[in-house]
Amino acid sequence: MTVTMVYFAWVRERIGTGEERVDPPASVTTIAELVDWLALSSPGHAAAFADPARLRAALDQAFVPIDTPIAGAREIALFPPVTGG
Amino acid sequence: MIRIIVQTASIDLLAEITQAETAGERGAGAVATFTGLVRADDGVETLELEHYPGATEAALTKVATGAVERWELSAVTIVHRVGPMHPGERIVFVAAASAHRAASLEACAYLIDRLKTDAPFWKRETRGTQASWVEARDADKDAAARWTS
Repeated sequence: MTVTMVYFAWVRERIGTGEERVDPPASVTTIAELVDWLALSSPGHAAAFADPARLRAALDQAFVPIDTPIAGAREIALFPPVTGG
Repeated sequence: MIRIIVQTASIDLLAEITQAETAGERGAGAVATFTGLVRADDGVETLELEHYPGATEAALTKVATGAVERWELSAVTIVHRVGPMHPGERIVFVAAASAHRAASLEACAYLIDRLKTDAPFWKRETRGTQASWVEARDADKDAAARWTS
Protein backbone atom coordinates (compact mmCIF):
# COMPACT_ATOMS: atom_id res chain seq x y z
CA MET A 1 0.00 0.00 0.00
CA THR A 2 1.49 3.30 -1.07
CA VAL A 3 0.54 6.37 0.92
CA THR A 4 1.55 10.04 0.77
CA MET A 5 2.98 11.33 4.05
CA VAL A 6 2.86 15.06 4.80
CA TYR A 7 4.68 16.73 7.68
CA PHE A 8 4.40 20.13 9.34
CA ALA A 9 6.31 22.41 11.73
CA TRP A 10 9.19 20.74 13.63
CA VAL A 11 8.19 17.31 12.35
CA ARG A 12 8.82 18.58 8.81
CA GLU A 13 12.08 20.29 9.82
CA ARG A 14 13.52 17.22 11.56
CA ILE A 15 12.63 14.89 8.68
CA GLY A 16 13.95 17.38 6.12
CA THR A 17 10.96 17.22 3.76
CA GLY A 18 7.31 18.18 3.86
CA GLU A 19 6.05 15.28 1.78
CA GLU A 20 7.09 11.77 0.76
CA ARG A 21 5.56 8.61 -0.70
CA VAL A 22 6.01 5.49 1.43
CA ASP A 23 5.12 1.83 1.03
CA PRO A 24 4.72 0.25 4.47
CA PRO A 25 4.61 -3.55 4.88
CA ALA A 26 1.25 -5.24 5.48
CA SER A 27 2.14 -5.70 9.16
CA VAL A 28 1.75 -1.91 9.63
CA THR A 29 -1.98 -1.40 10.22
CA THR A 30 -2.33 1.82 12.28
CA ILE A 31 -0.86 5.33 12.17
CA ALA A 32 1.02 4.59 15.42
CA GLU A 33 2.61 1.52 13.82
CA LEU A 34 3.41 3.57 10.71
CA VAL A 35 5.21 6.12 12.91
CA ASP A 36 7.30 3.34 14.52
CA TRP A 37 8.14 1.93 11.08
CA LEU A 38 9.00 5.36 9.60
CA ALA A 39 11.24 6.15 12.60
CA LEU A 40 13.64 3.44 11.32
CA SER A 41 14.06 5.07 7.88
CA SER A 42 16.49 7.90 8.77
CA PRO A 43 18.02 9.74 11.77
CA GLY A 44 15.71 12.66 10.91
CA HIS A 45 12.62 10.46 11.08
CA ALA A 46 13.90 8.99 14.35
CA ALA A 47 14.31 12.50 15.80
CA ALA A 48 10.88 13.65 14.60
CA PHE A 49 9.13 10.58 16.04
CA ALA A 50 11.19 10.13 19.23
CA ASP A 51 8.23 11.14 21.41
CA PRO A 52 4.97 9.87 19.83
CA ALA A 53 2.94 11.54 22.61
CA ARG A 54 3.83 14.92 21.01
CA LEU A 55 2.48 13.88 17.60
CA ARG A 56 -0.96 14.53 16.14
CA ALA A 57 -2.31 13.00 12.94
CA ALA A 58 -4.73 13.55 10.07
CA LEU A 59 -5.98 10.92 7.64
CA ASP A 60 -7.09 12.23 4.25
CA GLN A 61 -7.09 15.75 5.76
CA ALA A 62 -9.32 14.99 8.79
CA PHE A 63 -7.89 14.94 12.35
CA VAL A 64 -7.83 11.41 13.78
CA PRO A 65 -6.40 9.62 16.86
CA ILE A 66 -2.92 8.14 16.39
CA ASP A 67 -4.23 4.56 16.75
CA THR A 68 -6.50 4.93 13.68
CA PRO A 69 -6.23 2.14 11.05
CA ILE A 70 -4.51 3.23 7.82
CA ALA A 71 -6.33 0.86 5.43
CA GLY A 72 -7.43 2.79 2.34
CA ALA A 73 -5.69 6.03 3.30
CA ARG A 74 -4.33 8.19 0.48
CA GLU A 75 -2.70 10.90 2.61
CA ILE A 76 -1.53 10.81 6.22
CA ALA A 77 -0.25 13.92 7.97
CA LEU A 78 1.91 14.01 11.11
CA PHE A 79 2.50 17.22 13.04
CA PRO A 80 2.81 18.75 16.54
CA PRO A 81 -0.25 19.99 18.49
CA VAL A 82 -1.67 23.01 16.65
CA THR A 83 -0.94 26.60 17.74
CA GLY A 84 -3.04 28.89 15.52
CA GLY A 85 -5.25 31.83 16.41
CA MET B 1 -23.64 32.59 5.59
CA ILE B 2 -20.17 31.27 6.25
CA ARG B 3 -17.05 33.07 5.04
CA ILE B 4 -13.67 31.31 5.47
CA ILE B 5 -10.48 32.98 4.26
CA VAL B 6 -6.83 31.92 4.64
CA GLN B 7 -4.57 34.65 3.28
CA THR B 8 -1.06 36.09 3.36
CA ALA B 9 -2.37 39.66 2.96
CA SER B 10 -3.20 41.85 5.96
CA ILE B 11 -6.77 41.72 7.30
CA ASP B 12 -9.10 44.60 6.36
CA LEU B 13 -11.25 45.02 9.50
CA LEU B 14 -13.75 47.50 8.08
CA ALA B 15 -14.38 45.42 4.97
CA GLU B 16 -14.85 42.25 7.00
CA ILE B 17 -17.13 43.83 9.61
CA THR B 18 -19.23 45.53 6.92
CA GLN B 19 -19.54 42.21 5.13
CA ALA B 20 -20.71 40.50 8.36
CA GLU B 21 -23.22 43.31 9.02
CA THR B 22 -24.85 43.04 5.63
CA ALA B 23 -24.67 39.29 4.88
CA GLY B 24 -27.87 37.24 4.89
CA GLU B 25 -31.34 38.07 3.72
CA ARG B 26 -32.17 40.57 6.47
CA GLY B 27 -28.70 41.61 7.66
CA ALA B 28 -27.76 41.69 11.33
CA GLY B 29 -28.85 43.44 14.50
CA ALA B 30 -25.57 42.69 16.22
CA VAL B 31 -22.03 41.81 15.17
CA ALA B 32 -19.40 40.54 17.65
CA THR B 33 -15.78 40.30 16.53
CA PHE B 34 -12.44 39.08 17.87
CA THR B 35 -9.05 40.13 16.50
CA GLY B 36 -5.81 38.36 17.43
CA LEU B 37 -2.55 40.33 17.08
CA VAL B 38 1.14 39.39 17.08
CA ARG B 39 2.51 40.21 20.55
CA ALA B 40 5.91 41.90 20.95
CA ASP B 41 6.16 41.70 24.75
CA ASP B 42 8.67 38.81 24.80
CA GLY B 43 11.10 40.06 22.15
CA VAL B 44 9.48 38.37 19.17
CA GLU B 45 10.55 40.04 15.92
CA THR B 46 8.86 37.77 13.37
CA LEU B 47 6.03 35.27 13.68
CA GLU B 48 5.56 32.77 10.87
CA LEU B 49 2.32 30.83 10.43
CA GLU B 50 2.46 27.46 8.70
CA HIS B 51 -0.73 25.58 7.82
CA TYR B 52 -2.08 22.48 6.09
CA PRO B 53 -3.70 23.73 2.85
CA GLY B 54 -7.05 22.09 2.22
CA ALA B 55 -7.31 20.63 5.72
CA THR B 56 -7.18 24.16 7.16
CA GLU B 57 -10.18 25.37 5.19
CA ALA B 58 -12.10 22.18 6.02
CA ALA B 59 -11.35 22.55 9.76
CA LEU B 60 -12.37 26.23 9.79
CA THR B 61 -15.58 25.42 7.94
CA LYS B 62 -16.35 22.78 10.58
CA VAL B 63 -15.77 25.33 13.37
CA ALA B 64 -18.05 27.84 11.63
CA THR B 65 -20.72 25.21 11.01
CA GLY B 66 -20.61 24.31 14.72
CA ALA B 67 -21.46 27.92 15.55
CA VAL B 68 -24.30 28.07 13.03
CA GLU B 69 -25.79 24.90 14.53
CA ARG B 70 -25.68 26.31 18.08
CA TRP B 71 -26.86 29.87 17.53
CA GLU B 72 -29.20 31.74 15.17
CA LEU B 73 -26.62 33.60 13.07
CA SER B 74 -26.86 35.62 9.86
CA ALA B 75 -23.09 35.55 9.22
CA VAL B 76 -19.95 33.81 10.43
CA THR B 77 -16.53 35.00 9.26
CA ILE B 78 -13.10 33.50 9.95
CA VAL B 79 -10.05 35.14 8.39
CA HIS B 80 -6.63 33.70 9.27
CA ARG B 81 -3.29 34.96 8.02
CA VAL B 82 -0.41 32.65 7.10
CA GLY B 83 3.23 33.37 6.30
CA PRO B 84 5.55 35.84 8.04
CA MET B 85 4.20 38.72 10.14
CA HIS B 86 5.40 41.20 12.71
CA PRO B 87 4.34 42.50 16.15
CA GLY B 88 1.15 44.53 16.03
CA GLU B 89 -0.14 42.86 12.87
CA ARG B 90 -3.46 40.98 12.85
CA ILE B 91 -3.15 37.18 12.76
CA VAL B 92 -6.78 36.20 12.99
CA PHE B 93 -10.23 37.78 12.80
CA VAL B 94 -13.55 36.15 13.60
CA ALA B 95 -17.03 37.65 13.46
CA ALA B 96 -20.50 36.40 14.30
CA ALA B 97 -23.64 38.29 13.29
CA SER B 98 -27.11 37.78 14.74
CA ALA B 99 -30.37 39.59 15.43
CA HIS B 100 -29.51 40.29 19.09
CA ARG B 101 -26.21 40.53 21.00
CA ALA B 102 -26.25 37.33 23.08
CA ALA B 103 -25.96 34.95 20.15
CA SER B 104 -23.22 36.92 18.40
CA LEU B 105 -21.14 37.38 21.59
CA GLU B 106 -21.33 33.71 22.54
CA ALA B 107 -20.71 32.51 18.99
CA CYS B 108 -17.68 34.80 18.66
CA ALA B 109 -16.09 33.24 21.78
CA TYR B 110 -16.91 29.76 20.50
CA LEU B 111 -15.30 30.46 17.12
CA ILE B 112 -11.95 31.62 18.49
CA ASP B 113 -11.82 28.98 21.24
CA ARG B 114 -12.44 26.14 18.80
CA LEU B 115 -10.18 27.59 16.11
CA LYS B 116 -7.25 27.54 18.58
CA THR B 117 -7.41 23.76 19.02
CA ASP B 118 -9.17 22.46 15.89
CA ALA B 119 -7.40 24.13 12.95
CA PRO B 120 -3.99 23.02 11.59
CA PHE B 121 -1.85 26.14 12.08
CA TRP B 122 1.62 26.24 13.63
CA LYS B 123 3.45 29.34 14.87
CA ARG B 124 7.20 29.81 14.65
CA GLU B 125 8.74 32.76 16.50
CA THR B 126 12.02 34.42 15.59
CA ARG B 127 14.06 36.47 18.09
CA GLY B 128 17.32 37.68 16.53
CA THR B 129 18.86 34.56 14.98
CA GLN B 130 16.89 32.18 17.24
CA ALA B 131 13.76 30.50 15.85
CA SER B 132 11.43 28.31 17.89
CA TRP B 133 8.07 26.61 17.40
CA VAL B 134 5.36 27.77 19.79
CA GLU B 135 4.15 25.03 22.16
CA ALA B 136 0.43 24.28 22.47
CA ARG B 137 -1.13 25.55 25.73
CA ASP B 138 -3.35 23.52 28.06
CA ALA B 139 -5.38 26.70 28.68
CA ASP B 140 -6.42 26.70 25.02
CA LYS B 141 -7.50 23.08 25.26
CA ASP B 142 -9.55 23.88 28.39
CA ALA B 143 -11.18 26.89 26.69
CA ALA B 144 -12.22 24.75 23.71
CA ALA B 145 -13.47 21.95 25.97
CA ARG B 146 -16.07 24.19 27.66
CA TRP B 147 -18.05 24.16 24.41
CA THR B 148 -18.26 20.38 24.09
CA SER B 149 -21.38 19.92 26.22
